[in-house]
Amino acid sequence: MSRRPRGDEQTGTPLLLVPPAAIGAALLVVPAIALVVRAPWSDLGPIYTQYRFWDALRISIVTSLEVTVISLVLGLPLAWVLARTRFIGKSLLRAAVTLPLVLPPVVGGIALFFALGQNGLVGRYLQQWFGWSIPFTQPGIVIAGTFVSMPFLVVTIEGGIRSADRGLEEAAATLGASRWRVFSRVTVPSILPSLAAGTVLCWARAIGEFGATSIFGGNIPGSTETMPVLVLQVFQVKGDPEAATALSLPLMAVAIVVLVALRDRWLRAAPSQ
Amino acid sequence: MKWLAATVAAMTVAVTACSSSGGSSGDSRTGSSLSGSITVFAASSLTEAFTTLGDQFKKAHPGTDFTFSFDSSSTLASNITQGQNADVFASASTSNMDTVVQAGDAEKPTNFVSNTMEIATPPGNPANIKTVADLAHPGVKLAVCDPAVPCGATAQQVFDNAKVTVKPTANEPDVKSTLAVVETKEVDAGMVYVTDVKAAGSKVTGVEIASSVNATTIYPIAVLKKAGNHDLAQAWVDYVLSAAGQKVLLADGFSKP
Repeated sequence: MSRRPRGDEQTGTPLLLVPPAAIGAALLVVPAIALVVRAPWSDLGPIYTQYRFWDALRISIVTSLEVTVISLVLGLPLAWVLARTRFIGKSLLRAAVTLPLVLPPVVGGIALFFALGQNGLVGRYLQQWFGWSIPFTQPGIVIAGTFVSMPFLVVTIEGGIRSADRGLEEAAATLGASRWRVFSRVTVPSILPSLAAGTVLCWARAIGEFGATSIFGGNIPGSTETMPVLVLQVFQVKGDPEAATALSLPLMAVAIVVLVALRDRWLRAAPSQ
Repeated sequence: MKWLAATVAAMTVAVTACSSSGGSSGDSRTGSSLSGSITVFAASSLTEAFTTLGDQFKKAHPGTDFTFSFDSSSTLASNITQGQNADVFASASTSNMDTVVQAGDAEKPTNFVSNTMEIATPPGNPANIKTVADLAHPGVKLAVCDPAVPCGATAQQVFDNAKVTVKPTANEPDVKSTLAVVETKEVDAGMVYVTDVKAAGSKVTGVEIASSVNATTIYPIAVLKKAGNHDLAQAWVDYVLSAAGQKVLLADGFSKP
């Protein structure tokens, strides 16, 4: 990391960037402000008791954390493999890994039926051999969330690993460090910013996840009904837009606190060497 | 969810289009020259019947066109009261139509058909479901519509009538989604309308519900106040209520209101 004697803002802002930046910021910020302004602040209590709010909030938070941990455990190695190894079909694998980013999440949910349902490619054996049935269960919505969220983590971390300084790894290996030691003590610390960014992006995607979860999870209150699923139900099925915004406020608050805290700490545009 | 419904709709439309080309239009409004297009909001259970009726109407009145939006009646009602523009609303329950009327977006709805429930199972009924009570057995995976939409409310009435308490595996936002889950064979049964079982053809096996416990929902239709093309909207409502319209609806499994 190079030392920066002066603050970023003193390098001078090209004036041409200001108008589009302002419009871009307004586009993102105004709807959030509108939500806060229009929310039925005085009725929050009754709304939270009327609609199964606490269950949905708990399920959303627990599920998104589980998704993040699983994505990290599986996604970090996958990112390393994509960044550092060569094998036939790697470009295909990379395309497949990014597929959930562009796939409509509803299609993701149907794909999960075809893969893990009781008649699915893999699911039928899970059912026959272990008696496991994945759809419409809490593990099911964790898998659905991982399917749509893990690509954000893999893509971000893979970029970090690619731009990391290989010289340090080679030096460590020359000095006798095992491959695992090089990975855990040199590679991982050197990619911490992208590791953190990927993890946070993955969590953020997981907590807002709706489509695949709704299809694959079956929307059962107290079991597979996450906050985004409940919010859409309250808006569309029950026709209550005020309550829908009221329900989404705490989740927004949690997300904003976490993202602001992490952004200052971890996500500062770290110059890659 | 709309995507799923649309796919199911597209597949079933292909089937019904082939089988019902015989019924010709008996519309009497030949005097006025109808033209232009309207948007019809209709309960998703009307997908097949309205698509057929739309094709017949267009044949009888060249120059007219319809955009159908099939979704749960609750969703459609909430979109209408939120200000979405449409010309006609056909609801699968009187309560959703009441919401729209109370909001001042429609007046004088007419009941045009009714519908009853049927159990849909994957082909061959692998879980051997025979009665509503079977749906309450532990281990039976059941898909239902959310109680806030008409098909869910009517299903709940059936459960109440049969004095059973079910624990659904999937709680779907509209009837076509419930049917779609049954078609994936991921559940043992789904509570849908008689008309849905009929429309799904060989993709599901229907299990009739005893009339002593079955429940009915009434379908009202109305021209919306903000209709951009009031003449065509009224002509469509008249056509749905006409003998020719009723013939198609009854052939699809609906009953008289």
